[in-house]
Amino acid sequence: MTDITSLPPDTGPSLDLRNKDIAVAGQWRLFWLKFKKHKIALVSLVVIVFMYLVAAFADFIAPFDPNATNARFTYAPPQGLSLFHDGSFQPNVKQLKMTLNKESMRREFQPDLAKPLKVGFFVKAAQPYDLLGFIPMQTKLFGLTDPQIGDSLYIFGADRLGRDIFSRVVHGAKISLSIGLVGVFMSLILGVTIGGISGFFGGWLDLGIQRGIELLRSIPTIPLWMGLAAAIPVGWPPLRTYFVITLIVSLIGWTSLAREVRGKFLSLRSEDFVIAARLDGMSEIGIIFNHLVPSFMSHIIATLTLAIPSMILAETALSFLGIGLQPPIISWGVLLQEAQNIRAVAQAPWLLFTPAAAIVISVLSLNFLGDGLRDAADPYESVS
Amino acid sequence: MASSDIPSPRARGEGQGEGQIPPTQTSAENRTAKFMLRYVLKRLVFAIPTLFAVSIIAFIIIQLPPGDYLTTLMADWASQGGAVEAGTVAAMRERYGLDQALYFQYYKWMWGILTQGDFGISFELGKPVTELIWNRLGFSLLLSVLTLCFVWAIAIPIGILSAVRQYSISDYFATFLAFFFLAVPDLLMALSAMYIMSTWFGQSVGGLFSPDYVDADWSFGKLIDFAGHVWLPVVVIGLGSLAALVRIMRANLLDELSKPYVTTARAKGMSEFELLIRYPVRLALNPLISTLGWILPAVISGEIIVSVVMSLPTTGPLLLRALLAQDMYLAGSLILLISVLTIIGTLISDILLALTDPRIRFQ
Amino acid sequence: MSNILSPLGDTILKVENLKTYFPTRTGIFRAVDGVSFELKRGKTLCVVGESGSGKSVTARSILQIVDSPGRIEEGSIELTRADGSVTDLAKLDPRGKDIRSVRGKEIAMIFQEPMSSLSPVHRIGTQIGEALRIHFGTPKKEQRERVLELLRQVEIPRPETAIDRYTFEFSGGMRQRVMIAMALACNPQVLIADEPTTALDVTTQAEILDLIKKLQQSHGMAVLFITHDMGVVAEIADEVLVMYRGKVMERGPVEQIFHGPQDDYTRRLIGSVVKLEKKAEVRLARPEIPAAMPPLLDVKNLSLTFASGLKAVDDVSLVVRPGETLGIVGESGSGKTTMGRCLLRIYDPQAGAMSYRRPDGSTVDLRTADKSVLKDVRREVRMIFQDPVGSLSPRKTVGQIIAEPLKLAGMKGREVEDRVAELMRQVGLDPLWRERYPHSFSGGQRQRVGIARAIAVKPRLIIADEATSALDVSLRSQMLDLMMSLQDQLGLSYVFISHDMSVIRYICDRVAVMYRGKIVETGETDQVVHNPQHDYTRALLSAIPHPDPRDRRIHKRFRYDPTSTLPSTVSANG
Repeated sequence: MTDITSLPPDTGPSLDLRNKDIAVAGQWRLFWLKFKKHKIALVSLVVIVFMYLVAAFADFIAPFDPNATNARFTYAPPQGLSLFHDGSFQPNVKQLKMTLNKESMRREFQPDLAKPLKVGFFVKAAQPYDLLGFIPMQTKLFGLTDPQIGDSLYIFGADRLGRDIFSRVVHGAKISLSIGLVGVFMSLILGVTIGGISGFFGGWLDLGIQRGIELLRSIPTIPLWMGLAAAIPVGWPPLRTYFVITLIVSLIGWTSLAREVRGKFLSLRSEDFVIAARLDGMSEIGIIFNHLVPSFMSHIIATLTLAIPSMILAETALSFLGIGLQPPIISWGVLLQEAQNIRAVAQAPWLLFTPAAAIVISVLSLNFLGDGLRDAADPYESVS
Repeated sequence: MASSDIPSPRARGEGQGEGQIPPTQTSAENRTAKFMLRYVLKRLVFAIPTLFAVSIIAFIIIQLPPGDYLTTLMADWASQGGAVEAGTVAAMRERYGLDQALYFQYYKWMWGILTQGDFGISFELGKPVTELIWNRLGFSLLLSVLTLCFVWAIAIPIGILSAVRQYSISDYFATFLAFFFLAVPDLLMALSAMYIMSTWFGQSVGGLFSPDYVDADWSFGKLIDFAGHVWLPVVVIGLGSLAALVRIMRANLLDELSKPYVTTARAKGMSEFELLIRYPVRLALNPLISTLGWILPAVISGEIIVSVVMSLPTTGPLLLRALLAQDMYLAGSLILLISVLTIIGTLISDILLALTDPRIRFQ
Repeated sequence: MSNILSPLGDTILKVENLKTYFPTRTGIFRAVDGVSFELKRGKTLCVVGESGSGKSVTARSILQIVDSPGRIEEGSIELTRADGSVTDLAKLDPRGKDIRSVRGKEIAMIFQEPMSSLSPVHRIGTQIGEALRIHFGTPKKEQRERVLELLRQVEIPRPETAIDRYTFEFSGGMRQRVMIAMALACNPQVLIADEPTTALDVTTQAEILDLIKKLQQSHGMAVLFITHDMGVVAEIADEVLVMYRGKVMERGPVEQIFHGPQDDYTRRLIGSVVKLEKKAEVRLARPEIPAAMPPLLDVKNLSLTFASGLKAVDDVSLVVRPGETLGIVGESGSGKTTMGRCLLRIYDPQAGAMSYRRPDGSTVDLRTADKSVLKDVRREVRMIFQDPVGSLSPRKTVGQIIAEPLKLAGMKGREVEDRVAELMRQVGLDPLWRERYPHSFSGGQRQRVGIARAIAVKPRLIIADEATSALDVSLRSQMLDLMMSLQDQLGLSYVFISHDMSVIRYICDRVAVMYRGKIVETGETDQVVHNPQHDYTRALLSAIPHPDPRDRRIHKRFRYDPTSTLPSTVSANG
């Protein structure tokens, strides 16, 4: 009889173990290791964090009150921001010289190269404000160090009423980006609850919910949203409008999440390790929180991230059409309302392209981030 | 390399019934036709409750705003200083059935639609809804179909190229563009397109026809004029879906390219190009067809927004106006019809899918 | 044209020093590392090895269809063409015309998974006829005639209807026949079969092996047969190539490999196969279990019908005595797994009784038992799963997995730690590994974790469902020996479910044979193996390849046809 125990070792483990840590790496560590490889997603993560920080500290970053008008600077063009003057570091903008074009009867602005206006950091603001709503402050990130009458600081230009587009876009981020988060939170609650019920109980309940979701998804979203948004009374306070719009926007978002959760529930319920836990005497609730939820948590995070951009876009579309948020609330969609008139855009393209850039950058980054999260969502994929 | 010795029971064939084929005598074509018919009927039956539910949703939406059109009207008149006699309002209420129970109003509305094709009356415009919508609905449909054709014709080749040359410069370029266009909403696309056309090319964009042709009968000249106008909205509406489809096609094809049947075909001596088209591309198209179910709603949604921005004579601007004025029958009918069109589109995509995929047909 | 030797000598394919490498991020993986062999006309060469040995890549290298990024680095593959010229296939462009004219025409190939290796959306007739169109430009009508002829050759019933069917309308064995028909379309000189029967049941495997043999004789093909199953090798090979980690360990006539192996690895491989050919020695030495003892588990008339109408378990009765191992053997779809799961009420059987004797002597009917009783019983009746990957949560450390049943049974703190360490030692794992996650363990080690979990709380009966099927043959006996030693230490009883008769014979005291939801025969293992009473058992046993080339059996096997009452013995085809 040959010696069996001296047979060649077992075929190797399924993950690459050159890195010794991996043997003791848990789900989130593997998730991070895999996510890290997705460079664009990593960069997007940084961009997204930055944008949400900007939104949170909008009062500090925006140099002006977004609703402050200045008739002198109607449609003032972007002044830009030069960092150097006479070869030394001295942030400055050029003074705007206004002339009246006699032919078109339009006011035209020329930068006066001879007159740089000093821009300083941490300057005193005209009005005190509460940072994050509770820290009284009067310092802004940047501003003119010595503002005189007739001086202006429109780094991204001004609108019809001479309001600072930069300040408005920064303040708009508060609403637009938070609608994404709040909407996703509502989707999360709706999706996980309904999807969980559907996947857990199965049977006719599952069938009914699935048919309902199919139905919701077969209705084109824009007409549905338009119908619902138009029903919001004009006189409602802004905060209430904001929440109802968020709710409307998340009305569709939860369906994909519910499907994801249901699918995971169904496939995981028949997994051997879940059956093993049940045989070990674990209760259904215990199984859900010990085995099911950890297994699809990463997938949920990825799906949620991918749902945020569609909510931002939905708010933008509704506000743009005039049935979403209304001035004086500032959101990127509200800002785009100003760009509805193509003649105004032709004269002042910054009305369109500044909020557009904000929207595209945030949506693009969120999509890349979501893509990276989804790829990393199942770090055990290579195992089987 | 062989994986484990014994595949999981799932991977094994249905060991029982070895060699058993369902005893049908009919020819292959007959059999296909029979299964197809059964499948189509089943889908049609499924569509009925969906249509019913959609009609209820449309009705609920138009009932949601507090008050109704008459309230809005009276507020308007009051703000202009005029007063309305209570009798007039009551008469109007009765005429439009506005004081009846909701379910009765719904019943009356649906009954009119189903028996006489009567969608009710537009309060604001004082005309029957049917007079207002069919023309616009036709253009909406035309625009959507053209957009779908555009999207598919461009997305499939790019997706194939991107998958076959995975990680090449062209793949990265296509991927980046796809992500970019996914991030640009329709309305930004429309506004930018209009800006570019008007400042760079000095053309005003808007409408589907030049002023000369708007009311003219269809002629070759009008067709040319239409083509000259329609391409821009088609591109603007389509780019977002195009980007999504390129991603899906690429992912599908990459999936299929690694399947064993590709190796089988290669081992048969088939050329790489023929193999690609005949097998993986053919199979990757199947899930693509099923995306029609959500591409269509997306295209219709995009069409509405783009139409508002570019003032096209489609349902979009009319729907917006009706909603803002609480012109309930007009708004409701539009939402209903748009949804019904989408459901029919999904039905068609299901049928197409069954035609191309025997696994679905014979299930 | 059968068996006529070409005047050019009988070597048709000569592979010399073949090296196929896969460049990876971290270096070069040498899948095939200097393999040489010759393939002779009309003969069968078996390439045998465990998973990861490079046998499949060797086969694919010949046709240059290695999956990317693999590529032939070195060596020659000389094919003697029909016209007598010799072509080195290794030198041809993998995408070029020349290699394509060889693929499918002179060398054809069949694969392991007939389902995924065929397109699901093309009719089988189209897929078979395609090779004719590619290589000969055969018109459609003639193609159809030839395909019908091929379908007849591979013995597919009713070829006229079958030709227009899709793959998913066929069973596994029929699909493999379709693959073979496709391979034969152009009358190739060489057939490469890459584990063609691995995904099939043993009786179906026997039929496919028969078919290949028959076609080989009538067509005069050389066959290169890739397999991991030494039994199959012994049944069909003329010559054998033993591979391990990309290298050839030994090469020679089948007789020499089995009865006079020169190489150490070959010897051990044969040894581990032969070991499983009889009852385990520890069991032969053990005194018999008295039949009179009251049974631990007494199952009577158990039935389970799924919602689809499938009668998965049909009136099953069986008895498990304390301390014994009851084997349940059957092919896929026989309902054996479902039956095992019914015993633990993972499924709820609709009829019958399962009376289980508790340690205090009382009995409970598990079929009707309520939740709290079940919870207690499930600490005494445990389960070991087939899939070592799926049965361990990838998100928990091995220590947590083993501790789970302990904690749920109320054990706490230090005690749990100590018990986990003890259990890990008991199943041959280092307790220091407890902080590791399952992904850092091999298949065999994971299965040991599964066993540790099963014996964590004092069990009395363990249901082991295909517990060794996912393991390579050399590991199988190790696992079985471990289970038997645990049985003796802990006084366990086993219900051992398997499709593999050799495993059953090795470990089981008694065996029940399942077929289509019913138990057709029960008895002492020795008695059932040597003197089967039921025709199905006879058919099953006679279809099992026997790892001894001096005793080739499956061509003389017994076939069971449940529709006819008269059993028929099929004579060998030469």
